[in-house]
Amino acid sequence: MSLGPYASFIVTSYLLVALVVMLLIGWIVVDYRQQRARLRELEAQGVTRRSGRGAAELS
Amino acid sequence: MTLTHLANPTRFLRLTSRLLPWLAAATAILMAIGLYQSATAPDDYQQGATVKIMFIHVPNAWLSMFVWGVMSLSALGTLVWRHPLADVSAKAAAPIGAAFTFLALVTGSLWGRPMWGTYWEWDARLTSVLVLFLMYLGLIALWRAVEDPSRAARAAAVLTLVGAINLPIIKFSVDWWNTLHQPASVIRMGGSTLDRAFLIPLLVMALAFSLLFVTLHLAAMRNELLRRRVRALQMQQASQPRA
Repeated sequence: MSLGPYASFIVTSYLLVALVVMLLIGWIVVDYRQQRARLRELEAQGVTRRSGRGAAELS
Repeated sequence: MTLTHLANPTRFLRLTSRLLPWLAAATAILMAIGLYQSATAPDDYQQGATVKIMFIHVPNAWLSMFVWGVMSLSALGTLVWRHPLADVSAKAAAPIGAAFTFLALVTGSLWGRPMWGTYWEWDARLTSVLVLFLMYLGLIALWRAVEDPSRAARAAAVLTLVGAINLPIIKFSVDWWNTLHQPASVIRMGGSTLDRAFLIPLLVMALAFSLLFVTLHLAAMRNELLRRRVRALQMQQASQPRA
């Protein structure tokens, strides 16, 4: 596959999109783990929801 | 299943956990097919291989507006119907929409340099998309500045609905003003002017990016709901009398 004289523009575009999408996915995964860890921490301290359900039941 | 049924956050979280693996898998498969079709698409007789930038630029540009549309519907849900998940949806969508808009601007710029001879031109289409990007950043800043989620939600909802005025301006800017940006070639009266060799990979990529948005949006909404539960528990803990 030949990308011609403007290959650097094409490759940079695709790499940039891949990078931003990866960052978005990474940010969402890390955020999810952080929130779950905080919920477990609170549960371990004896703070539970009024319904009595624990963090494990939240997702 | 109705929107009222999903108003229960616990039910929504359960459904999301079941859906997310399937959505992620469908997105990955569709993205792989789209990327393969984009790589093997023929060169354009005028643009050469740079036409391949279209397969990522156009879906991001579409989604930059679509996400604001989703946020506008969520804003109505917050202000009119007071749906408990409406502001969660809007808040979760904003950073994703900002990322798509950023990518639309940068890939457009990288496409414009070899085709137009410039990275940037202050014409109506490019400027209105830049305004959209700045509005996304403004909304994210607003949510971060106001600590109480319900107060932030109402202010953000009003701002989102005001900002929705920009959507038709972006869409029709190429018709209303004399711009460097080409007029609509896919969604237009009289059908697409694109050849099938370019149209099919473009539509597959657009579908893949749309599924990516749905997946990321649901996952970000789940995070936001968990964050609010953490906040509620922390407040509950702070208000409990110490032994």
